[in-house]
Amino acid sequence: MDIRLDNISHSYDDFDVMRDISLDIPSGQIVCIVGPSGCGKSTLLRFIGGLERPASGRVLQLGAPPAGCLNPLTYIFQDFALLPWRSVAGNVSLVLEDHGIKGADTRRIIDDVLARTKLTDFAKALPKQLSGGMKQRVAIARALAVNPAVMLMDEPLSALDSQTRELLMDDLVDLWTRQPFTAVYVTHNLAEAVRLGHRVVVLSRRPGQIREVVEIDKPLAQREFGDADLDAYQKHLWHLMRDEARAADAELINV
Amino acid sequence: MSEAAKEKAVAFRGGGFAPRPRRWVGFAVFLGLILVAEWGTRAGWISALTLPKPSDVLATFRELYQSGLLFKHLGPSLSRLVVGAAIGASIGISVGILIGLSSYIRSGLVPLVAALFPIPKIALLPLFVIWFGIGEGSKYALIAFGTFTPTVVATYGAVDNVDRTLIRMGQSFGLTWFSIVRKIVLPGAMPGILSGLRISLAIAIILLVAAEMLGAEYGIGAYILQAGSLYDLERLFAGVVILSLLGVLVSALIGVIERRLLDWRT
Repeated sequence: MDIRLDNISHSYDDFDVMRDISLDIPSGQIVCIVGPSGCGKSTLLRFIGGLERPASGRVLQLGAPPAGCLNPLTYIFQDFALLPWRSVAGNVSLVLEDHGIKGADTRRIIDDVLARTKLTDFAKALPKQLSGGMKQRVAIARALAVNPAVMLMDEPLSALDSQTRELLMDDLVDLWTRQPFTAVYVTHNLAEAVRLGHRVVVLSRRPGQIREVVEIDKPLAQREFGDADLDAYQKHLWHLMRDEARAADAELINV
Repeated sequence: MSEAAKEKAVAFRGGGFAPRPRRWVGFAVFLGLILVAEWGTRAGWISALTLPKPSDVLATFRELYQSGLLFKHLGPSLSRLVVGAAIGASIGISVGILIGLSSYIRSGLVPLVAALFPIPKIALLPLFVIWFGIGEGSKYALIAFGTFTPTVVATYGAVDNVDRTLIRMGQSFGLTWFSIVRKIVLPGAMPGILSGLRISLAIAIILLVAAEMLGAEYGIGAYILQAGSLYDLERLFAGVVILSLLGVLVSALIGVIERRLLDWRT
């Protein structure tokens, strides 16, 4: 299933935040969206998943979601959004309960996703017992459990320290290599974008517009920490963004 | 100046501002107050009309227990308390959640609850007698009404404080409205609801005495009122002590529930 953004514009009151964004998200690819703060990248992600409505333009699903898909558009949030009163397994089962999956099926799915995210030993732990990286792994496991057509990742690694971030990036690359998934990955971290993105979409400062789409051909599995090719891409991206980031930083916030 | 004189330990100035439970302190305060009262009444600087002797109150209490009257009074009181508070709290929690979730219900009911809250429920006792009869009905209604308003206020405040990102998460996974309420809103609001219940249940105990003012033969409230009208201070205090113990018991019960239900809190 592909996603197409068709001329999306948005404004709060008479204040333009986004203008004419058109973008194709082909299945099996990770599309990263980067941009200076306040350019509306998280808002764009909420449009894609139907949590907010754009003022004009449409978000289209092209084709049917794959068989066995419970929740085609599935988010991974920056702050994990785990229910603190449920165990790791309970948090995963939460998203299965409403789809009429019961008993042995639930257990099979939970065991499978926890194994894929290396959480099998933590199934009974409560979120308060887990580190930030573990919490985000639980959120990833929960997202995998509904077998999504497109994963919508909203700065998933931003709340983590840099070592944990490296580990989780490796995990995401492993997951993708074993079974390619489609994802829209919003981040302000250019290193994450060049490491995980097949395409990197650079948004401009408010009102957000697409400045450039950078294609990175190198296979995900061959990208490494401190890769020279990726550094070149990262420099290019930073060059595109620097002046805007500075201007955005100096802007008064009036939202 | 010698080398040692220049060396000075950095003075500690952190710590504090983090009260921790000290089990025996509360008990010691009670015991201390009772001992002071006993000493005063025995020594005579507290007159017998000011305060009964704690040992006499204890003796009255023992008598009450031995005659079997204690449970004859306690039984009806407890059932009134349980039934009334259960009705009031469950309706209060339901209405509080609806107020917390729906714009129309909130706009419609918040002013109404604000109007009902300051009414002394005791003042409405005659009305309840007309509506629900002189029997148990009016007593249940009075206690239920008294627990309802504080529960509503605590519940909708707690619902307002539920993390919105968790609700967005539920929506993003396609959970039904009812599932979101039951699995996200209700557990998320539970800390606030339980601390509201502490207040509501204390109010329920207060109203228990009021409810037993009218047409109750047995009950702790009836017992206290009877002793009060005879200026029998020992019996009055024995009754009051029972109410206090009831309050401590309810508070401890909620503490147990909190530890059971809220062990997920950091």
